[in-house]
Amino acid sequence: MVRTNWKVFEEDYWAINTILQELLKNSNSSSVLLLDKTGQLISSLGEPPQFDLHSFASLCAADFEANAQLAVLIGEKDFSTLYHQGSNESMYLARVEQNIILVILFDKRTTLGLVRLRAKKALDNLETVIRRLYGKLEYENEENTEFNEEFVQQAEVEIDSLFTD
Amino acid sequence: MSLINYSSREINVKIVYYGPGLCGKTTNIQYIYDKVTPETKGKLITLATEMDRTLFFDFLPLELGKVKGFRTRFHLYTVPGQIYYDASRKLILRGVDGIIFVADSQRSRYDANIESLYNLHENLGDYQLKLDDIPYAIQYNKRDLLDVISVKELEEELNPKHYPAFEAVAVKGTGVFDTLKAIAKSVLRNLS
Repeated sequence: MVRTNWKVFEEDYWAINTILQELLKNSNSSSVLLLDKTGQLISSLGEPPQFDLHSFASLCAADFEANAQLAVLIGEKDFSTLYHQGSNESMYLARVEQNIILVILFDKRTTLGLVRLRAKKALDNLETVIRRLYGKLEYENEENTEFNEEFVQQAEVEIDSLFTD
Repeated sequence: MSLINYSSREINVKIVYYGPGLCGKTTNIQYIYDKVTPETKGKLITLATEMDRTLFFDFLPLELGKVKGFRTRFHLYTVPGQIYYDASRKLILRGVDGIIFVADSQRSRYDANIESLYNLHENLGDYQLKLDDIPYAIQYNKRDLLDVISVKELEEELNPKHYPAFEAVAVKGTGVFDTLKAIAKSVLRNLS
């Protein structure tokens, strides 16, 4: 079952960022991103990108999903990693658990071999954190006091003021 | 379906525009993109064919600003309307928080609307979802054209459960924000 309803808690967020930071440093990559399969960005670290991160994340998720469909057509369950090679910038994408995608952007300061090697360790560590997070979400109290009537009213005022002709 | 990040204090929600080919889904998003302030919008992504038909999806991130300390973002997607892009439509519905069905009011597109709505039900079913489970609105677009079906007739066929419905002329912007506002409010109310 694909999990589409996400909450990332403080402890897990910092655990994720520690792993990504280590990966960034050890692989000598430009930046790393973690997103879910619906294209929602969970975290990003590294050199500030020159592009819209959220649009980039949605395209990465679409890329991964389109390739997963191709995998099925040729008789594979999916492709757990993807690699896009450019003349200067390249991308390495890898699935974490079922629902998360790790994206590594790198240039000529490193090699695919090193990125792949460091990514493997990071993926193991990320899977541990994500599984712990799944566990929390299973037992989480459905009551959410942060998103009360006051939140809704404030949000409605913002929506009315921003979405106008 | 939404992503709530308690550490970075962010909420991301996904709204999908669904409907038959050439009903005006991309026109809705394009109008929104043109009208909102630069600080509100991110990059508009369009994966279209050379004929300007949506191939995979359009995507527009909109930032609402901070609400009770949470930076709130809406991710607007359109699906490709043409029948043979069903795999793409299904993928885009994954993790959806709210749906706007854009119906084409022209008499000649009557069957296409019904077929697309049926397809929406089917694809939601694949994710164990029903329309009653998520915020949903219907937009009757192209109301300015000559040979249009009455809203009463469209309601009977496409909206018997009387979900929120809006008349629109998306190319002129009429009804575009009314539809978006209704679904955006409903999606955030759903979080509480």
